[in-house]
Amino acid sequence: MDYAGVVCLEILYMIAFLALTSAGLAIVFGMMRVINLAHGEFVMLGGYTTIACYNNGINIYFAMLVVAPVVVGLVGLIVERTIIRFLYGRMIDTMLATWGLSLLLIGLVTLIFGNTAVSVPAPVSGYQLGEYQMGGYNLFIILITVALTLVMWAVLRFTRAGLIARGAMQGPDVVSSLGYDPRKIYMYTFTAGAALSGLAGGVLAPLTGLLPSSGGAYIAKAFITVITGGAAVVSGTLSSAVVFGTVNQLVSFAAHPVIGELAMLALAIILLRLMPKGITGRFFRDGT
Amino acid sequence: MTYTRREFLRAAGAATVAGGLPAVAFSADKEIKLGSVLDNSGNLDIYGKPMVIATRLAVDEINEAGGLLGRKIKLIQYDTQSDIALYTKFAQQLAREDKVDVVHGGITSASREAIRQTFKRSNTLYFYNVLYEGGVCDRNTVVTGTTPAQAVEPIVERAMKKWGNKVYVLAADYNYGQITAKWISYYVDQRKGTVAKTDFFPLDVADFGSTIAKIQQEKPNWVVSALVGGAHMSFYRQWAASGMNKKIPLASTTFGVGNEHLALSAAEGDGILIAGNYSQESTLPANKQFLAAWQKRFGDTKIVHEIAVSQYQGIKLWAECVRKAGSVDREAVLKAIESGASIEGPAGTVAIDAKTHHASLDINVMEVKNQKLAILETVKQRAPSDTARYCDLQKNPNENKQYEVDI
Repeated sequence: MDYAGVVCLEILYMIAFLALTSAGLAIVFGMMRVINLAHGEFVMLGGYTTIACYNNGINIYFAMLVVAPVVVGLVGLIVERTIIRFLYGRMIDTMLATWGLSLLLIGLVTLIFGNTAVSVPAPVSGYQLGEYQMGGYNLFIILITVALTLVMWAVLRFTRAGLIARGAMQGPDVVSSLGYDPRKIYMYTFTAGAALSGLAGGVLAPLTGLLPSSGGAYIAKAFITVITGGAAVVSGTLSSAVVFGTVNQLVSFAAHPVIGELAMLALAIILLRLMPKGITGRFFRDGT
Repeated sequence: MTYTRREFLRAAGAATVAGGLPAVAFSADKEIKLGSVLDNSGNLDIYGKPMVIATRLAVDEINEAGGLLGRKIKLIQYDTQSDIALYTKFAQQLAREDKVDVVHGGITSASREAIRQTFKRSNTLYFYNVLYEGGVCDRNTVVTGTTPAQAVEPIVERAMKKWGNKVYVLAADYNYGQITAKWISYYVDQRKGTVAKTDFFPLDVADFGSTIAKIQQEKPNWVVSALVGGAHMSFYRQWAASGMNKKIPLASTTFGVGNEHLALSAAEGDGILIAGNYSQESTLPANKQFLAAWQKRFGDTKIVHEIAVSQYQGIKLWAECVRKAGSVDREAVLKAIESGASIEGPAGTVAIDAKTHHASLDINVMEVKNQKLAILETVKQRAPSDTARYCDLQKNPNENKQYEVDI
């Protein structure tokens, strides 16, 4: 019985991990069809920001929940203004440009922080579940993800900004005929996506530790989650995170973590074969 | 202004003659050449950078003490940038173009195997100064790092005495981890213990949640990790984050070699049991001198780790053999090696075992305490008995292979 509880919590954690690391990418890809290959590096930057703040005596929660998204959001803004804005509508070119950007960011971080693994201790202690010790910090990540998902959904659904953003997603020409400048909307959206990636990196830093090359570990899973989820940002990311997180952990417990990863990839192929437009392209068509 | 090629050559020739060659106190053909190939950048630089510094330190010290046989040592160092292809390239350059007298280098086992044969063919004496999985049997190669028999057995011995008979093994999924896991279970079986389970992880696995739950299901008395690299560091963090570090004790065959204890907080790392040739905490006079010399020349000694010290000791050992032989000629130096040379290094006595060309070393059993490696006990002069099971170079001097364990 206790063991079932452990498995459930680990599944929830994996779902949260996938949703958290994919949220920023989902917004940028879902809204603007920009394939941001530097997404993993945005996550990594969020982690490094948190660690740098913590080492300079700033409260860890403030560092991961405020400083990391703000810093990475600003980086996203600069990137959007200098690179991305010239490439809207050219998917392949955005891939190339952001891949170059990812190499640049890895190089810069290596120069500043060096090529050694760094980390911060988890600020939440473990707890007892029956006869099992569990990581308390995983619960914190699950809660953060739930809160973040609710906020994203509420913003897109009930605010004017969210309405405009969804409009821009469906038809930029219609939005601009109503007097909104789609380029501005894109700028804000890209910044928001980067900030979310920064938040993910900051929150995950204590669990995974960081190297300048850590971004690579996030990007593959995030892409699989986003593409399989389809165009709808919140419901898409969430539904594919639930499917993949559950399968990944169930197989990990039954067999081995490596087999779990393989199962997840195999499932992604099958799902995309059955639903080329992703899960939300098939089931939910309300666009959030 | 345009130059014809002939004018250019004439001008260049004149310039060279006018400038003359820089005057040196000793003539170039008398220099002893020491080559090194190490990863000073890229993924493995955490291991390579301190080794590069240690190489320079050893050569400088020998030169300042008047050189070897009255000759200066010239150091020829190449950065292999964590790229195996560059190992092959620079090894050939050292052997053919630079014609060095000896090479000290290679970090991963893959890199060692990429260059070992090149030096064998060119008759260039080769020293590999890193801990590894054991088994290399080649008269042209000298190994001064620890093997599983030296560093793994003391861990198993102490952990079983202290914690009990049932162990859970986690290891990296490539030759080092596979072979080390075999030795662990061999030593555990010898002492009538049981290995509850052995799990292998590819180098990029960073999520150990399910593994930590499985370990708790098995309820071992202790856990031993032969995990390697940046991603696997997550295991120690997640282990501590779930509070397991207070419940089940942890030992490791790899932790600390790349200064991993500095990457974890004190609370996360405290109590991990390890064994190795070197700790910065060692009170040996040779270690104090070594750290002071490092500090004076290169500043921060925080980056000093076991394999940097091994590299330093390897070079000092070679120098000792050259003095004994009275020559840098490969055959003469090999004879000196086989007559049983030894030195006192920062990590204690390093004595060559003539049969295997490996070294007997002092092994410290240590515990991570407040981001330092506190020495619990020192086992003097452990022999490389794993390699000695298969390898006898005095009987078969023409052997050239790395034996796989058959236990």
